[in-house]
Amino acid sequence: MSPTARRRRVGDGPRTRFVLITLVLVVTAFAVIAPLAVIFSEAMGRGVLAYAESLVRPDTLHAIGLTLFTALICVPVNVGFGIAAAWCVTKFSFPGRGLLLALIELPFSISPIVAGVAYLFVYGAQGLLGPWLEAADIKIMFAIPGIVLASLFVTAPFVAREIIPLMMAQGRDEEEAAVTLGASGWRILRTVTLPNVRFALIYGAALCNARVMGEFGAVSVVSGNIRGQTSTMPLQIELLYQDSQVAAAFAAATVLAGVALLTLVVKLIIERLDSARETAQGAESALNVPTP
Amino acid sequence: MFSVIPGFRLSLGITLTYLGLIVLLPIAALILQAADVGFWRYIAIITSPRTLASFQITIGAAAAATVFNAVYGLALAWVLVRYDFPGRRLLDTLVDVPFALPTAVAGLALTALFAKNGWFGAPLAEYGIQIAYAPAGIVCAMAFTSIPFVVRTVQPVLEDLDADVEEAATTLGASQFRVVWTVILPAIFPAFLAGASLAFARSLGEFGAVVFIAGNQPFRTEIVALLTYIRLEEYDYPAAAAIAATMLGLAFVMLLVVNLIQAWHQRRAIREE
Repeated sequence: MSPTARRRRVGDGPRTRFVLITLVLVVTAFAVIAPLAVIFSEAMGRGVLAYAESLVRPDTLHAIGLTLFTALICVPVNVGFGIAAAWCVTKFSFPGRGLLLALIELPFSISPIVAGVAYLFVYGAQGLLGPWLEAADIKIMFAIPGIVLASLFVTAPFVAREIIPLMMAQGRDEEEAAVTLGASGWRILRTVTLPNVRFALIYGAALCNARVMGEFGAVSVVSGNIRGQTSTMPLQIELLYQDSQVAAAFAAATVLAGVALLTLVVKLIIERLDSARETAQGAESALNVPTP
Repeated sequence: MFSVIPGFRLSLGITLTYLGLIVLLPIAALILQAADVGFWRYIAIITSPRTLASFQITIGAAAAATVFNAVYGLALAWVLVRYDFPGRRLLDTLVDVPFALPTAVAGLALTALFAKNGWFGAPLAEYGIQIAYAPAGIVCAMAFTSIPFVVRTVQPVLEDLDADVEEAATTLGASQFRVVWTVILPAIFPAFLAGASLAFARSLGEFGAVVFIAGNQPFRTEIVALLTYIRLEEYDYPAAAAIAATMLGLAFVMLLVVNLIQAWHQRRAIREE
């Protein structure tokens, strides 16, 4: 809405406006900004040198490595899944489509602890496949594959959920036109569909990444939390904290907080690009409308 | 199903296989394991005093956190949509912090804030208020991790709200309060309810943020998710399966509630058109 077109609406009075904005800003400062600030303040409390020292501990470095490794597998897999799922539910209508949509979002509603327990009952010694895995000498639980699987579960919906609403809104016309012009499915995906949703796709991947790196509940059930072997960053933070190595715990926490902040910066940039594109398109269409 | 666009079988195949292996297989295994426990034993596990206490604590804290987020989320959505002020975009981005910040990090930060010598804990302690290692700490952790839900569901509906109806009501002499009550609130109510249900569901299952700040005393500050974890560590698999399956059931109920609300919302939107 352009400023000139803006009409006076309910709550536009200066007093209401001032009170509401101030109230929201104050609560946000307490509820969102303070927790972020306290992480860095506690980590840097004893100087930058102490901070760096507590970061380069071998077990923390190992946890960073394992976390990166997990993200390196989970993000591409869930980007692939997200694109396939979005293609299937937005470009076609079929019976059970609503159910499939609900199924895609299901991991969001399930507690990470429940997810971890569920995985234990598949791959653990007591689980469905347990005896078989033991006979074949394959170790999934309390090892890296279990961490990867649990992370895949928890973050499965992220990319799909970002791009599905957008692809739904954009409809099928462009793809149908491309088919008529003789393009193959892969080519349509690469040159028509994905460019249309690229910003949402990038943000979905960034959120998925932040969540994989930060997953705690599910991973703490399936990893066994063996120091220097199967502890990811969030688990390492908890281990350090339990050991009363508070400064080291906060130092490790700054790494994950940094990833989170970076994710939000990506979002901010993408939104700016998006609105720049929209304004450009808006200006274009405004030119076509004859002025009365 | 007919569409000229190719790739239906391939994309559906990938989606179903992946969901089957990653999502449905573990859920089925959990349900099987819980079914193995047997009806009477299941009842005995769920109605044991410690389990009941943990459910009571979890549901109570989740409800309190949802009330906070209902008010704060609504105010945030209103301010973000209706007012233009310096820093609005930044505020909009900050809303997503609880989604992007790992729950363990959030728990660590909140514990530091509310500990006896913390930024908030120290002044509160002077009035004899304890948050960390008390039930109130659980509420804080749950409230933090579910901040975005109400905002993000109400925001788009508030943006789409037609100015004409409001203007008409005002022209006809309705007070501002009455316009809010009879025009705006009914329009955003389904979205608001859906957002609040999502926040409540998320709070019920929250683990990482809570375990840091709660103190985790049985019968006082022990949440269901933690009790499940403790039963696993004790190798009491039937109890872990029974409690986890109950949490899963609760999650399904909440999902059903959210979907019914959204269906109601869509029907109403169509009728209005």
